[in-house]
Amino acid sequence: MFESLSKRLGDVFDRLRKRGALTEADVDAVLREVRVALLEADVALEVVKDFVAQVKLAAIGQEVIRSVTPGQMVVKIVHDQLVATLGASTSEINLRATPPVPILMVGLQGSGKTTTTAKLAKRLTERDKKKVLMASLDTRRPAAQEQLAVLGTQVSVATLPIIAGQQPVEIARRAIEVGAKEGYDVVLLDTAGRLAIDEELMAEAAAVRAAVNPAETLLVADAMTGQDAVNLARAFHEKIGVTGIVLTRVDGDARGGAALSMRAVTGQPIKFIGIGEKLDAIDVFHPDRIAGRILGMGDIVGLVEKAAETVEREEAEKLARKVQKGEFDFEDMASQLKQLRKMGGLSSMMGMLPGIGKMQKQISEAKIDDKVVRRQEAIISSMTPKERRYPKLLNARRKQRIAAGSGTSVEEINKLIKQFMEMGRMVKQVSKLGQKGLARAGMASLFRR
Amino acid sequence: MSWFKKLKDGLSKSSGRLVDGIARALGSGKLDAATIQEIEDALIGADLGPAVAARLAGGLKQKKFPDGVSGDAVRAALADDVAALLAPVAKSFAPDPAKQPHVVLVVGVNGSGKTTTIGKLAHRLTRENPALKLLLVAGDTFRAAAVSQLRIWGERTGAPVIAGADGADAAGLAFDALSRAKAEGLDLVLIDTAGRLHNKADLMAELAKIVRVLKRLDPGAPHDVLLVLDATTGQNAIAQVETFKSMVAVSGLVLTKLDGSARGGVLVALSEKFGLPVVAVGVGEGQEDLQPFAPHDFARGLLGLDS
Repeated sequence: MFESLSKRLGDVFDRLRKRGALTEADVDAVLREVRVALLEADVALEVVKDFVAQVKLAAIGQEVIRSVTPGQMVVKIVHDQLVATLGASTSEINLRATPPVPILMVGLQGSGKTTTTAKLAKRLTERDKKKVLMASLDTRRPAAQEQLAVLGTQVSVATLPIIAGQQPVEIARRAIEVGAKEGYDVVLLDTAGRLAIDEELMAEAAAVRAAVNPAETLLVADAMTGQDAVNLARAFHEKIGVTGIVLTRVDGDARGGAALSMRAVTGQPIKFIGIGEKLDAIDVFHPDRIAGRILGMGDIVGLVEKAAETVEREEAEKLARKVQKGEFDFEDMASQLKQLRKMGGLSSMMGMLPGIGKMQKQISEAKIDDKVVRRQEAIISSMTPKERRYPKLLNARRKQRIAAGSGTSVEEINKLIKQFMEMGRMVKQVSKLGQKGLARAGMASLFRR
Repeated sequence: MSWFKKLKDGLSKSSGRLVDGIARALGSGKLDAATIQEIEDALIGADLGPAVAARLAGGLKQKKFPDGVSGDAVRAALADDVAALLAPVAKSFAPDPAKQPHVVLVVGVNGSGKTTTIGKLAHRLTRENPALKLLLVAGDTFRAAAVSQLRIWGERTGAPVIAGADGADAAGLAFDALSRAKAEGLDLVLIDTAGRLHNKADLMAELAKIVRVLKRLDPGAPHDVLLVLDATTGQNAIAQVETFKSMVAVSGLVLTKLDGSARGGVLVALSEKFGLPVVAVGVGEGQEDLQPFAPHDFARGLLGLDS
């Protein structure tokens, strides 16, 4: 989501890199650009002003160390300030209360509360081994309670039976009673979307909060939110009391300045981010990584961690050995492609890498998407085991057979073979260069056709 | 409550800050560079974006204020400029009886208010013309209970709703709906779609498929593609319009949730860049809360002035 901001700041810093010394005029020029970049990224004006002032304070009087460029110095100062504003560390959900632990979800209409509730329920059930009950207090939007019930079935989490005509506070109380009686660890309470200026509905949410005393009251907000982020965050915090923020649609391309704004005005941490439509597409928020992403350094840590979660270590080591011996074959490529998909597909992975803006353009030009990966898998599975091991066997007749078998074309098979050879070459290079080299060469070079 | 009152009440909560900002900026009683900068900031705070805000604020220098530079005078001048920018895009939506049926595809990112907008639009059109034969198509086959949500709107307005199974192919459903509408001689078909982020190429391709399939039955369909935008959205709205427009021929915008504290100022930037008609604004969750877009009122409301 922060790509565009990265790019903007990237341009500024590029300009700075080309100069020698860091003068005060330079700092001012940079900060002007930073200011516009942040505003275009929808960071609220008051937050931008504070931020810029603090960066300036930190930057002036800083000795430029000989070994780094002035640009790098400013990058570091801006980065540190971003991290400080976003929150110094990851913040986990607070479940320290007597079970059933109530968690209240609030937010504007359409911010993604119900989907987030289901995602959180799934995460708590599967990762934290909690017994979770969900209840919808949304008596306003047509079919809202039904929506949560359907999602409950999808993620195999219990939902409170719907009693028509019951009011939100009553439903909340009943959910806690049922939760206590039936031995639930956590009760997630999804509320109706409400406008921050709707006094009546804000009072209703406050009444629910008072009735159940939740361990967490999470404000669910859209990453695309504009300047209004400060108003809504402030209003929800003052009137209901917020203990954390969930930022949704981070998989969009919004610059996400709302994250900075809401964090700054509420002082409450961003606890989770929504990163896709699938019900497991929720992650904890890492301020340092996002700050790195803002500055165009890419979320390498995130990528490596995600890879580590997915890729079996032994298999990776086996692959490295094979590559070194020059034994990389189509079987290996197929398992690579499979892992690529397991990691959430190319598009989600690309989002974590540096210089993404430019690369995404390349990718869309090359039409490399998840569908292509799937077709390539089909091609490989239409090969005989022998062909997979000895790609040189692939003559015109064999290619025709594979094309027919996989529903593709000989042309596509040729492309795959070319990519296979490049991949082998690239993997060899990478193992020589190490992690650092990969980052520099860019993941894109692996997928170029 | 009149829609302007509703709109103004909503806008005034936030335009209060804009009023304060401009009043503060004019503390010195002069339009100097620092003052213009502060007015520019206040406009940015209304989501107009840095570029548009800079130009509008800069334009004040050329203006004459015979009665002195007061906060009200400056805001009135800015409101005139905004209204002038928006005037060409105000167009209301009405089904064209020559098209049998008039097919409208409603698109947008998740949570922008597509289904609610369709419900309200159906209500307004049937109230205006009780003889209108319309069909609502529950094309959001992805979100849980989206079909039920539209069905309830169908019951409220008396319009039939056609739906497939959950997870069914939306393009196939659209095809069936249009076939049925043609066979039954209906006037209007409103097609709901699943919310999709504009940067997801595969989901956007699905949308293009719906259009392709509709064209097989009627080369002119869809006659309108309405993009629903949330007024709370910031500068990303520009990317949304750009991408949706490139995938399906967007013919109009609907700005929703204008009854909140967000001012929808991004609409000014959008109008300037794309010039797409704004066919309606959403000012609440009730059936009546969809209104034609009135640029003068919107601009005055945005700047915290009475209409």
